[in-house]
Amino acid sequence: MFAYCADPKSLEGLAWLACYLTTGKHMGLYWSFGTVLLLLAITAPVALAFGFVGAMAARSPFLPARIIGKGYTAMVRGVPDIVFFLFFVIALDQGIEWLNHQIRCPDWTEPIRQGLEFRVCPQAKVPLGSSPQYVHQLYGFGLAVMTFSLVFGAFAANVLYGAMQAVPRAQLETAEAYGMNHAQVFRRILVPQMWVYALPGLSNLWMILIKATPLLFLLGVQDIVYWARELGGAKTSAYEYPHPDWRLYYFLFLLVFYLGFTKLSEIVLDRLTARLSRGQATAAGEAMRKAGA
Amino acid sequence: MTCWETVTAYAFRSLGYGERLLPRSDFTLCQQFTLIGSGLIWNIYFGVLALVAGFFLANAIALAKTARSPWVRKPADWFIFLFRGSPLFIQFFLAYEALQMLPKAGIKVLWITVETSWTTRAWAGALFVLFLNTAAYSAEIFHGALKSIPKGDLEAADAYGISGWAKFRRIQWPTMLRLAWPAYTNEAIFLFHSTTLVYFSGFPAFQQRGDALYYANYFADKTFNPFVPYPIAAGYFIVLTLLLIWLFGAINRRLNRHLPSNMGRKIRLRPQVIR
Repeated sequence: MFAYCADPKSLEGLAWLACYLTTGKHMGLYWSFGTVLLLLAITAPVALAFGFVGAMAARSPFLPARIIGKGYTAMVRGVPDIVFFLFFVIALDQGIEWLNHQIRCPDWTEPIRQGLEFRVCPQAKVPLGSSPQYVHQLYGFGLAVMTFSLVFGAFAANVLYGAMQAVPRAQLETAEAYGMNHAQVFRRILVPQMWVYALPGLSNLWMILIKATPLLFLLGVQDIVYWARELGGAKTSAYEYPHPDWRLYYFLFLLVFYLGFTKLSEIVLDRLTARLSRGQATAAGEAMRKAGA
Repeated sequence: MTCWETVTAYAFRSLGYGERLLPRSDFTLCQQFTLIGSGLIWNIYFGVLALVAGFFLANAIALAKTARSPWVRKPADWFIFLFRGSPLFIQFFLAYEALQMLPKAGIKVLWITVETSWTTRAWAGALFVLFLNTAAYSAEIFHGALKSIPKGDLEAADAYGISGWAKFRRIQWPTMLRLAWPAYTNEAIFLFHSTTLVYFSGFPAFQQRGDALYYANYFADKTFNPFVPYPIAAGYFIVLTLLLIWLFGAINRRLNRHLPSNMGRKIRLRPQVIR
């Protein structure tokens, strides 16, 4: 990074620290914070979409859709979500390869599950064995995002289902009396009103999502936990920057990062709640009106 | 090997009794059910002890958070913020690394040498983290309940001349517990769920004695088939959750027994999952 970092063994004090904190591996650590933020940025809207579809299905008058929707919302209640995390990553991977296998190699005769192995034809491997390293990393990250979205979609479906039920019945009946059909009532009356009821649940979910991001480590993505363990471990003098076991400090740094992040989110979400409650016929909106008067 | 022999060999494997070697090939359903069930002992151990111990600390912290003096209130605020604002996963890692830093030879307190090596083992270190974590979450719940005790109840207590400790013990605390119970049930359920994180977060599984998810993960790695062990683990946890709901529901009914039946507060599940 800096010119004087050429010979790290001769450095001392702050200069040593400056060089140490700007090594290539530390850049990997800093980039992995980007990975975490990217995961949040993709997962949040996708999970919300899954949740929306799930909640709609759970309210559907069509029985099979209702069963699927209710099953989806119920799945996260009794079972630890980390089970789903570990499960979906492999299950999705194998599912994709299996589908690909059916399409690409229809005349493959050997069974796919041979004893303890899962073997598809070489053309059906996802990603292909010959593809460069970054494709593998990208695919792994994509699987992780999909897993997070599926699990958090189920939580979001729970919240949105409750919010849809919370919209006063009279509102919907009035709309029907005006001659709107089901789709119109849903689009024009139910959805615009449900957000204020959904917001407490969704902001809680956002906090949970933030605090779930270190689990990326378990899904095999090189995230901040991976780098903290990697960089913090004791380095002998064979390394350019020898140091004792510093993992404690790296994890302390991660802890502070998460505390700051959740605190910031809390402040923003409180403002958003206040904003959305303005003029609403809820207790919060009423309190605001009285305070203003 | 019949299924019954498998059960006798592996039922207490997670505690170190029975067969030493885990199965390495020809995995049967029976082995998976037995070993994953054996691991569940650890989940119950962590969950029950952390919950019981955490309950008392949570009461103390919730009270401290309502205190008027900032010297008492602020530490409680910070404790709750620290444990609720950061991921449990990171807390485990941090605690493990911190406990590793304790001197290996033990600490000399006066003339007794206190051993330190046991603190880095999961049964002690992880239990300690879970205890503090659940205390923080429960304290927040109890604090919210303390704040929402009806004003009339407290005024009635004053009117009867009940004050101080008697007022707390006979009016405030039972009402707090009653109001907090549905939320506390959720907390208990998700505490049990988060015990599955222990063996994935730094704490090593000594001699492959792990929890339910540890063994499920072992089988999934070995057979490369996630469709059997994870649903088994999921099934065990569903049963555990139902048991918890039943137990806490019974306590809830007892707490609300003096109220007309339609006023009892239903327990609703809310996701509060990963910490």
